[in-house]
This record gives sequence, structure tokens and C-alpha cells, in this order.
Amino acid sequence: MSHYEVKAGPEAFLPPAAASMGNVLPDPGEAHIGGEIVPEDEAYDKAARMILGAKVPTIFPGPLVLWKLNEHSNAKAKAIRELALEAPMRIIPMADYRPKYPKIEAAVEINPNHPNLTIWHNKIDVCIFIGVHCHMANLSLKIIRGGTSCYTIAMCAMAGHEDACLSFRDADLTMVNKLKATIQKLKSEGVKSQAVPFTQFVMNRSGFVVEPS
Amino acid sequence: MNKQVELKNRKIIASQHVKLGQKNKMGQTYTDVNDIFYKAKQTANFMTGSEVIRAAIKVASVGTSVAYPITPQSEAAALIGELYAEGYVDEYFRGESEFAVMGQCAGSAFGGHRVFTTTAGPGTLRAMENFPMWAGSRLPIQVCVTCRGINSPLSIQPDTLEMHYLLETGMLVWHAETAQDLFDYILKGFIVAEQPDVHVPIAVCCDGFFVTHTKDTVDLPPEDLCLTPYDPYRNPQPVMDMETAPIRMMRDPFVMKSNYISYATHASWQQEVKAAVERSRKHTIPLLDGLIDEENTDREILIVGSGTAVSQSREAIRLLEAEGIKVGLVKIKTIRPFPYEEIRRATKNAKHIFVPEFNVAGWLAREIKANIPDNERVYVGPHVAGGMTMPSEVIVEEIKKHLGMEVAARGTLG
Repeated sequence: MSHYEVKAGPEAFLPPAAASMGNVLPDPGEAHIGGEIVPEDEAYDKAARMILGAKVPTIFPGPLVLWKLNEHSNAKAKAIRELALEAPMRIIPMADYRPKYPKIEAAVEINPNHPNLTIWHNKIDVCIFIGVHCHMANLSLKIIRGGTSCYTIAMCAMAGHEDACLSFRDADLTMVNKLKATIQKLKSEGVKSQAVPFTQFVMNRSGFVVEPS
Repeated sequence: MNKQVELKNRKIIASQHVKLGQKNKMGQTYTDVNDIFYKAKQTANFMTGSEVIRAAIKVASVGTSVAYPITPQSEAAALIGELYAEGYVDEYFRGESEFAVMGQCAGSAFGGHRVFTTTAGPGTLRAMENFPMWAGSRLPIQVCVTCRGINSPLSIQPDTLEMHYLLETGMLVWHAETAQDLFDYILKGFIVAEQPDVHVPIAVCCDGFFVTHTKDTVDLPPEDLCLTPYDPYRNPQPVMDMETAPIRMMRDPFVMKSNYISYATHASWQQEVKAAVERSRKHTIPLLDGLIDEENTDREILIVGSGTAVSQSREAIRLLEAEGIKVGLVKIKTIRPFPYEEIRRATKNAKHIFVPEFNVAGWLAREIKANIPDNERVYVGPHVAGGMTMPSEVIVEEIKKHLGMEVAARGTLG
């Protein structure tokens, strides 16, 4: 049994891949919290509490939900926006995976090759990866764990991520809505969001940031 | 591990492919791998290893196979050509060299096909640059490596030295002992390698000639069943187009940028490929019934081997048993991922561990020595190389010699 706990960093100059430390991914119906396999329902509660307790909770949607590949990705994208409004959480897209040179616009985008820059710039303390290809998510999650104190949550549509502090697997539209419902429930029980007030930036079709109308 | 992967009553997660249960153009029914191996009636056949490769590919729903002749895999590659002519493989052609073949395999895999190829010896070495490229690009290509000598002066005979070079490529490396293993590993290898959390290439290795050119009894499932096809939408990595935005990974490579973060990306990328190999354990253990097989591992003398060295060891153990010397056996099925925990557990009571190998380097003995406590217990050998056979009597002799026992004198010229 592995005793490697996956927690928010900064962990090391080069933290190990949790899979190489012996951590195993959850089976269907399960999730993991810090590397420990738990029933999926337990993970909703933990994720919702982490989001509500954060000052700058942020969703990083990837290409699989940013592009209207099919009706499911379309519906999922809408559900993610509703989740962000409910919490509230910021949305900073990981639109593609190429390294951004000479300099990333850390206020409005995140990139898997240097995700720590976005987290440092915006002081993000809790984030959700969703719609990011698994390889790229793992690439980012290790770098984030290595150099930042951000608590990472993965809502993975495939098998999950050992390198996140908390990971769901098989995350579909229903599961996004279930996380939103858990946040609603906690709020109705008196748990208050600690998020600092913010205005979500809006981009036009050319990619320029514009004032929200 | 945070959760022990149990063998009992465990199956690999069943396929949910949209074509499951449908028929392909040859009338074969796309079937979950669990059902092919554990539900369908298996029928005994007497065939060579090369024919076994053909039989496996016939039911493997392979999209593309690229061929290039090199002994001892040429016959298998030619037999796959027959399957193409019959309609069981969608694309088949001959490359210009092994290097070209592996590049063409990458292109086919980027395009979303299940890809299979075969190579051996110098061909494996000539193609080598492509293997870490496949792994880094997360392409679940399968190459069947029918091991032979790689060095000059050339030998076409069995030798497993080329496997040593494959160990750090980021590929899964499995080593078949028998023709039955070869059949099973080819089909199961596709399924494990294509899992979204694994999704790296796999080398299914066997010892050339000993397995490829000898006949053996092999249980085969019905030919009207076939594996569910590869599902490119479960790829953990978008296709790495070399030129076209937005995924122009090779055109805007971070390797070209000399700053700290580019190296961190590379490091994380390499770690992720290694992690993917580790993740394959969870899927491999139920399908192969564990990463190792054990026989009498409570004994003080153990032989640990892989490939046909295991077959020779079985006979050596029988000969030693007749003399009252009791020896246990560990058969290693997967070299990558290496069964670290399993080997430590299986060897914990052993006082003498012998590692017979068909190569001059003794790479398997090194792996074991690096992994277990009190590694002076490991005797690196017996070795043969360059195509020599390893008679069981040689293993017996070496074990007895090492233990300080009397051995029969060999014939002398005098």
C-alpha cells in the first residue's frame, strides 16, 4: 500500500508522479482524496467545501468543453458555467496546449507548460480541471503541486488523476450538476463562500478581453 | 499502493465501445476481451509462433500493419499480408527500413488506427529513436519483437539483448515464454496499452526461433469473435499535429526555448509517460493473472527468469528434483512495468537466486539485484548469448557448482 499523500504544495523542485509512488486510480463509483480511495459521494462533499472555503476558486476548462465538439460537450460547458456562477468560481480557460511565448497572459489564460504562472498571478488557492486531455492535465497537476499551494481537483471524464489532490473519474454532465447541487446544499446549511469579489472577464470572438455587457 | 489490486474475481473494466456486439465486414463479432478469453470456448491448435501471430492479428481488429523483412519475424509479417489480402487488416504495406516502418506506424496511430508491426534484432535497434517518440506521443502501437542477436558479427539466432534497450523507452515490455503466451499477450496487450490512463506503446517480446519457428499446442478462441476496435476518442492526448495550430506541438516546441519552465514541462512529460506504464499494472494483473507466476517460492533455491529461459528452467528443476535438490521458480511476464513488489515477496525466503538469461548483459539479473534486499543472494547467470541454446543440464550444473556440489566432468580433448 502506498503512503504517498497528494496534497497542495509547494512540494518539491520536481515532485514525483503519484502513480510512480504506487498510487492507484479509483474504480467506477469511486474517487480519491489525497490519494486515498473513497466512495464518489464523499468526494463531492470535500470538493464543495474546498471550493466554498477558497478565496480564489477557479475552474480551468479545457478544449474538450471549450469547443462544441458535440451536444454533450455543449451541455457540459453550460453546466460548468452554472457551477461557476453558483459557487462562485472564476473561469480561466486552457484553450490549447502550445507553450505561450514570449509571455502568457496570466490573468486570462492558463497553459499546461507553465500553469504555475497563472496560479501565482491570480493567487488561485483551489482549482478544478475539467475538459483537459488527461496527459496535459497530469503534466500541469505535477507542476502546480511542485511550485504552488493550490489545491487541485480533477473532474476527469476518463479514469481520473492521481496527481490531483482530489479526483473524480467518468465525470459527465450529471456529475458536474451533482457538485453544483452539493455546493447549493452546503450554502443552504449556512456554509458561506469565502471567495473574494471579482468580475469574470469576457472575451470577444477575436480573443480580446472586453468589458462584460 | 493506496489500494491493493486484488486478483480474485477481478476482470479488466469491460469495453463500452459503440461497436460492441456488432459485426465487422468479415462477419466477426466485436467482443469484450473478457468474453473472448474467459467465456468463449477455446480450441487446441498445433502451430508455429509465426502462425500464432497471424491467428492473433486475425481477431485483433487491426487497422494498419507495416512490414519490413528481418529474420526471424519475416514470416509473421508475410502472414499478416495474407490477412490484409483476405480483408482482416485494413491497411498493410512495406516500409523502406525499420526506422521508416516505425514512423509510418506513428502516422497511422496518430490517424486513429490500431497499429501492429513486428521486428527483430538489428531492426529493433535501427528503429530505436521511434520508440520513445511513440511513448511521448502516447501512441498505443504494438510491436512484436522476436528477439535475435543485434551485434556484429551478425547472428540471426535467439538472443534477448535488444530487450535491454527497450526498458527505458516508456513502452510496456512483456516477455512471452510460449506460443500460447504470445497469442494471449498480443490480444491482451492491445487492450491494456489502449486504456486511457495507460495509452503507451507495447513491445510484446518472444525469443526468436525458439517460439516463432517451433510448433506448440495453442488454445484459440473462435475466429468469428474479434476485439473491439481502438477508440481514438479515449486518447489522453490530442493528436500531435506537427504543423497545424492549435496543437502544433512540434512546430512550437518547448525544447527550443531555454528557460526553466520548458525543462519542468519536459520533466513532467517524462514522468507522466513512466506513470502511464505504472498505471498499466491495474489492467494487466487481472488479464495476465498477475505480473509473475510462482511455483514453490517457499524454497531456499529459486530460479527467476523470463521468456524461454523459464521453459529451460522447468526442466532443470525436474532434473534437480530427481537428485533431491528442491528449487522454486518465478516466471516474470512483464518487464515493464517491472513487478517490484511481487519479486520482493516471492524471493523473501530464498537464499540463492539464479537468473538464467539468453544475453551477455544479464539485464534481468541487474533489475532483480537492484530491487531486492540482500542482493548478494542473486547469482547472475547462467548466461548464454549469440544464439547458443541453454540446455537444462547447464542450468543444473551451474546451480550445483555455485552451491559447492559435485558436478559431472565434461568431456576433454585429452
